[in-house]
Amino acid sequence: MSSFLGSSVSKKFVMAIFGLFLIVFLLVHLGLNLFLLSDNPEPFNKAAHFMASNPIVKVFEIVLMGGFLIHMLWGIILQIQNWIARPVQYKQMAQTQISFFSKYMIYTGGIIIIFLLIHFTNFYFVKLGLVEGDHENFYGMAHELFTIPAYLIFYLFSFLILSFHLNHAFQSAFQTLGLNHNSYTPTIKFIGLLYSILVPAGFAIIAILLYFSN
Amino acid sequence: MKVKLKIWRQKNAVSKGKFVTYDFDGASPEMSFLEMLDALNTTLIQKGDNPVAFDSDCREGICGACGMYINGYPNGPVKGITTCHLSMRYFKDGQTIVVEPWRAKAFPVVKDLIVDRMAFDKIQTAGGFISTNVGSAPDAHAIPVNKSKADDAFDSSICIGCGTCVAACKNASAMLFVSAKVSQYALFPQGKIEAKERVKAMIQTMDELGFGNCTNTGACEAQCPKNISIINIARLNREYFSAKIN
Repeated sequence: MSSFLGSSVSKKFVMAIFGLFLIVFLLVHLGLNLFLLSDNPEPFNKAAHFMASNPIVKVFEIVLMGGFLIHMLWGIILQIQNWIARPVQYKQMAQTQISFFSKYMIYTGGIIIIFLLIHFTNFYFVKLGLVEGDHENFYGMAHELFTIPAYLIFYLFSFLILSFHLNHAFQSAFQTLGLNHNSYTPTIKFIGLLYSILVPAGFAIIAILLYFSN
Repeated sequence: MKVKLKIWRQKNAVSKGKFVTYDFDGASPEMSFLEMLDALNTTLIQKGDNPVAFDSDCREGICGACGMYINGYPNGPVKGITTCHLSMRYFKDGQTIVVEPWRAKAFPVVKDLIVDRMAFDKIQTAGGFISTNVGSAPDAHAIPVNKSKADDAFDSSICIGCGTCVAACKNASAMLFVSAKVSQYALFPQGKIEAKERVKAMIQTMDELGFGNCTNTGACEAQCPKNISIINIARLNREYFSAKIN
């Protein structure tokens, strides 16, 4: 097992599996965020309470956090190995036409980590009791946060970066899992493109609507 | 035809190299890129300077020995060719051309534009073979082979091991080369016998030699002179997971 997890291909496999798990979770999170658009705080707070108290969700939460940490850690390790693999850079910048966003995954990933740390401080750590806040009223906390223009701009910027990250990540995960065929890969790429635009746009639109409604 | 050449010059594997600029007016559009370097070397020898060292053998796009990094492209700005097939007509009169060796930890520079690509041989030795009885050739119809799989295996087998994939990849990954070599055997019944051991051994050797990790950018496929597809990399991944699980 240790040799399976140790090879470059295996590390990529683990990254892809957890990456897809995070992609699915993102869709669930977007669904929950839609409750923020309601004038009634109860549905969102109930959903947040359910997420915090349901034992099955708690198991998923552990997998999710573990998946996020491993995805991040493996990504950093693989990137360091990649930098070491080319100790002397070319003088002339590479001109080969490749996916623009695939070249900057470590950087877009880094910005997403910073966003998540702030996001966790605002919500998740409050739920855990590590940071002070009203953990029975996440609806109010979210609405209050989106009254701050600087936070809104940072939030929108983070989701733009997430969109770039997902643009490559979605189809890359399938390639890493060994799923590439002329018959279905164009469909995977199309769904990935749609997902990378629509899901971050959904988060961004909710944030903008909250800002103007407050 | 006049060109300004900025060429990486390095005396040997341990010395520190540098770019040297040559204003060369002995080129012509009819020349191949290597013939232009030959002509440059003739003038350097006549002046008593050391000629630029570079690899070449067949000069027919078969051996892949001549690879070098030209103006930001492995093998130059034309797709699907080796450096020896690059013509000077693709460059403008007066153009600056930057020529560098492949850059990868696993491909150390030996001299000037020559790199040591023994790492590929080591990967091939680790598992790129099949066991078969020696003697007279077996009957061609003795083992039925699916036509589409035979075609795919052929497409993989045309990899010449030139190292362009490593040179093009931002991570200096050798996954396209390894995937082509694994695929050409995995698709045939004869290659099934050692399939599991082969893929594990070749991946392990690739990792040990210090190549980077594949991040699916597709640069290798875009620059490969033999147009090897990254579908092979997906197949390599499947072969590896299957070998590890079973």
